[in-house]
Amino acid sequence: MAKEKQTILNKIFNDSSVEEYVNVFPNRVGSQGFDAWGFNIKNMKNNMRLTKYMYENFFKVEAFGLENIPKEGRCLIIPNHSGQLPFDGMLVGYSLITSPYGARAPKAMVERFLPTVPFIGNWLSSVGAVIGDPVNCERMLENEEAVVVFPEGVRGSNKLYKHKYQLQRFGSGFMHLAMNNNAPIIPVGIVGMEETIRSYADLKPLAKLLGMPVMPLVLPYLFPSKVFIHFGKPIHFNNDVYKEQDITDRVNIVKEAINELLKEGLAKREAYNKEQKEKKK
Amino acid sequence: MEPKKKILVTGAAGALAKKVIDKLKKDYKIVAVDFRTKVDLGIPVESYKVDFNKRLFEDIFREHDFDGIIHLGRISAMELNRFTRYNANVVGTRKLFDLARKYNVPKTLVMSTYFVYGASAYNPSLLDETTPLKASELTMDLVDSVELENLSSIYLYKHPELNITVLRPCNIAGPGVRNTFSMLLSEKRSPVLWGFSPLMQFIHIDDMRDAICTAFEKNIPGVYNVAPDDYIGFQDAIKASGSKTIQIPSIPPSFTERIARFLKWKSFPPYLINYFKYPVIIDGSLFAKTFDFKPKKTLSDIFTYYKSLK
Repeated sequence: MAKEKQTILNKIFNDSSVEEYVNVFPNRVGSQGFDAWGFNIKNMKNNMRLTKYMYENFFKVEAFGLENIPKEGRCLIIPNHSGQLPFDGMLVGYSLITSPYGARAPKAMVERFLPTVPFIGNWLSSVGAVIGDPVNCERMLENEEAVVVFPEGVRGSNKLYKHKYQLQRFGSGFMHLAMNNNAPIIPVGIVGMEETIRSYADLKPLAKLLGMPVMPLVLPYLFPSKVFIHFGKPIHFNNDVYKEQDITDRVNIVKEAINELLKEGLAKREAYNKEQKEKKK
Repeated sequence: MEPKKKILVTGAAGALAKKVIDKLKKDYKIVAVDFRTKVDLGIPVESYKVDFNKRLFEDIFREHDFDGIIHLGRISAMELNRFTRYNANVVGTRKLFDLARKYNVPKTLVMSTYFVYGASAYNPSLLDETTPLKASELTMDLVDSVELENLSSIYLYKHPELNITVLRPCNIAGPGVRNTFSMLLSEKRSPVLWGFSPLMQFIHIDDMRDAICTAFEKNIPGVYNVAPDDYIGFQDAIKASGSKTIQIPSIPPSFTERIARFLKWKSFPPYLINYFKYPVIIDGSLFAKTFDFKPKKTLSDIFTYYKSLK
């Protein structure tokens, strides 16, 4: 058993195929391999090796619509958020980096409390995550980067299992950024992450004690689940409305587009499950 | 031949001031002052030990007709108590500005620090000069640094004839520098917080000297960050300097603070704990563009120097 584990780890961390993807990263890192947001090329290589293994063998991801991602230039990638931990961001990122239609090295905006968590904060920034501050996002769009934003925040990622695939309230910050910076929005529907870590309750007093926004009651187990990611067609919004109500209406257009992609993903998963059952028979 | 212009350099006992004086002394007559000691800087440099808040300080202005002031004299948070520091750094600087007005000194350069921005988990990266200064929200020990900045800004706009330039550098490092983070690079074992390696910027003391001299001579008043666009995680910097790390527990935060108070290490002061946790990355592009400045020394040069000490 120990030997088998050793072989898997060797296989993961000696995988040289990820090297070709590292060339995708724009040459914005300094002499020590870091960029201004803490992205670190050395950590990224190791992370990609691990993500590749998880992407292909554990989550068995199937990504559709990657041709909708602009090959270059600024864009905002807006997925639904789920799964308690930021694995969904990791998988979306890997899809973009390995896209056969033109690879993109995305940055992902993450919860503001994450930098306060030992190891997690550093690890996330070393692989391209950036705290969800509009100043950061604006600068990255100015750098013509692809930026992943989860407008649901913790409301989405840490929702209870019983609310799975129900989109939570969207913040409107991403819409302001898209309009102000003339960035197309690519809606994304992710199916399969809700089932990986299931939250049965939010332990609010404990969360308050530890200064965390949520404290989900979960089983310490990562359920295997096949993941379907659907990238939708780019949506452009002109910078021509000023009232918050108009912005909210536009946010709802994106929300609706994500809902449609989720429906597509759920249908695909149902067909997949049926196929698996028949195979077993 | 035109007589040499005369400038006042404060904080003359510091390593950076010595470098600045050394560079400028062939073109200027230098008068050096320090509150700590009368510094021997060689024959062409007149040197005084003086407290800015004493009346004697004005005698220096009466005696010399200054063409500029480079104000590097600041008591760091590692030295003396809060009250004395506030008096020296804030009240003393006000005295300096008032004397500069009274004796028509046409330009003043003030040295600040990136600490004024405050280390917070919510900081975006590449803070520009308009970012609010939040250090005093985190600790009372940095109130004087923030107040010194505010005072400089008030004089900058209220008294444009002073032509004030404020520089906010990132961590200065290199031979002779004794600030907290440069000391950590020079030690054999340096404390770090378990699970945290904030991104940092370092500028070599020689580059900082050049930045000060250029900003003083070109004199384009305003507030400027001074930092290279090159970065490294703190724990990586410690390792690159040939030091080993001492991992200090980082949670809960109150426990970390208690440890820092108990240890009383100069290189791990309780008021800087957040700087061991969260990055404060500043955007030095305005300074680089305005003064056509590019650091000559790389991060590797800095770490190689510290490695050679071990």
